[in-house]
Amino acid sequence: MGRKVAIVGVGQSKFGSRNDVNMAELTWESIKEALNDAGVDQKDIDYFVTSNAGGWSSEPLPAVIIAEYAGLNPKGTAKVEAACASGSAAVKLAHDMVASGQADIAMAVGVEKMNESPTPTIVEFIGRAGNYFWEFQNFGLTFPGYYALYATAYMDKYGATEEDLALVAVKNHYYGARNPKAQFRKEINVEKIMGSRYIAWPLKLFDCSPITDGSATVILAAEELAKKLTDTPVWIAGIGAASGTSNLSKRKGFTSLEAAVAAANQAYKVAKIDPEAPIKYFDVAEVHDCFTIAEILAYEDLGFAKRGEAVEWVRNQETYIGGKIPVNLSGGLKAKGHPIGATGEAMIGDLAKQLRQEVEKERQAPIKKGMALAHNIGGTGHYAYVTILSLDKV
Amino acid sequence: MSSEKTQKEMTDEAMKQFYDFVESMKKSLGVPMVPDMKTGDALWVDQREITLKFIISVNKIRDFFNALADNKFITTKCKGCGEIYFPPQSDCPSCKASDMEWVELSREGTLLTYTVINVKPYSFSHYDDYIVGIARLEDGVNVTAWIREKDPNKLKVGMKVRIDIVKREPEGYLTYELVPIE
Ligand SMILES: [Zn+2]
Repeated sequence: MGRKVAIVGVGQSKFGSRNDVNMAELTWESIKEALNDAGVDQKDIDYFVTSNAGGWSSEPLPAVIIAEYAGLNPKGTAKVEAACASGSAAVKLAHDMVASGQADIAMAVGVEKMNESPTPTIVEFIGRAGNYFWEFQNFGLTFPGYYALYATAYMDKYGATEEDLALVAVKNHYYGARNPKAQFRKEINVEKIMGSRYIAWPLKLFDCSPITDGSATVILAAEELAKKLTDTPVWIAGIGAASGTSNLSKRKGFTSLEAAVAAANQAYKVAKIDPEAPIKYFDVAEVHDCFTIAEILAYEDLGFAKRGEAVEWVRNQETYIGGKIPVNLSGGLKAKGHPIGATGEAMIGDLAKQLRQEVEKERQAPIKKGMALAHNIGGTGHYAYVTILSLDKV
Repeated sequence: MSSEKTQKEMTDEAMKQFYDFVESMKKSLGVPMVPDMKTGDALWVDQREITLKFIISVNKIRDFFNALADNKFITTKCKGCGEIYFPPQSDCPSCKASDMEWVELSREGTLLTYTVINVKPYSFSHYDDYIVGIARLEDGVNVTAWIREKDPNKLKVGMKVRIDIVKREPEGYLTYELVPIE
């Protein structure tokens, strides 16, 4: 597997509708924070990977826009795209460069400036993210629509209700209200969610993550350097990556994302985690709740809950602090916001701060085992990345 | 629904209002700079515009589209390993052969899942809300398509559906849809 790699610096901009800044300024907010956190300068970075989905924003080459504005020239860079998992893909590539010895310090920079286009254009672009020709061209699916197909099948098979889905949003807004960088900082109740309009039946407005501008940065270093830079390196204990069919019609079923299961099993193997009982290893997790149903699928795909049991977990508040395993204490995509290309770095960055016990008190998980997991899905199970972090070198 | 404005009409009206405002700001300031309605942040409104309309090769699967006119729903089957592909494809990744034959698909199947697209992409915003489903045909392949039904409460996972070849209006081209069988 090569050299051991640790996270030595993280940064995140405030998420939300960020019409106060352009893409470069927005990205600088998280780069500056991460450089300061790591105690390194731009000259110390050997290579940086930029993650951005784009289409709705004006700059087609975000990596070079960022390089110039952030003083990173002439460092090598490239943009990676894995839809909503682009950020985790960037962290994986930066990790692999350090592990292989091609870089001593590498940086993953994620940014998305979605509000440069009106909402109907964004709905159009995200709807095309799947199989454009066979599923969008004729049938006009949307991103909520794709996940709604999973919601309908899951609710039919396991008897989950729209109220159950709403409970996921209630939890994530509860923690989002306690995260100063979250887009939505208001608690919300089931009645309000149930009263919101349908976006893609059975999913309603408050089942959906919002349109978000934001950036997040993660700096990774090789073992010896990491130990010099910080007293609390957060080690990458394992990364799993998998893909799913572009046509949703080619999936075996609609109650699980097969790619997520594959990515989790890979990551568990590398990190030496028993796939039969993964929760006993983790203090906290961030899972991809682009829609409420997605968080429910995640509990089962990760092996946290047994098939069909995730809905019981939601009803029993098992993923609040104090439950079986706290999930999405950042507010998740639902309340923190979902700037597509920056979501992966934001998940991983927030978990590093959780393990370092540096987040706001009310959303800090008790850290006893020293491990955390990020589950980041691109598209509708088209891409899946699972990243495991650890305070101890695995 | 149809007596009300379509999503497209509402979007176009809102955008026209916004662009009229941009023009008036441009006249007074000399540049297309407008305040964000909520925050007052200064926004530059793009003076360039592109239209995306792709031209896509269907050369190797043209028979699928020609067959729709004969009311036939066909797909490709690998002569080497027997694998049936839908959507049709001209190469078999399993045995790496490109020797495919066209076969007619079963026109009946079971509904696996469905949703209503209430908030539509801009290029679909001239339609009323539509239902999209995925069905498993008797041959074992799954097909995504619109369902000929407006009320999701009349549908059930597991119900029988058939495939009809239909003309999609107002564009006026042939496609296929799922029809519930009572
Ligand atoms: Zn074959």
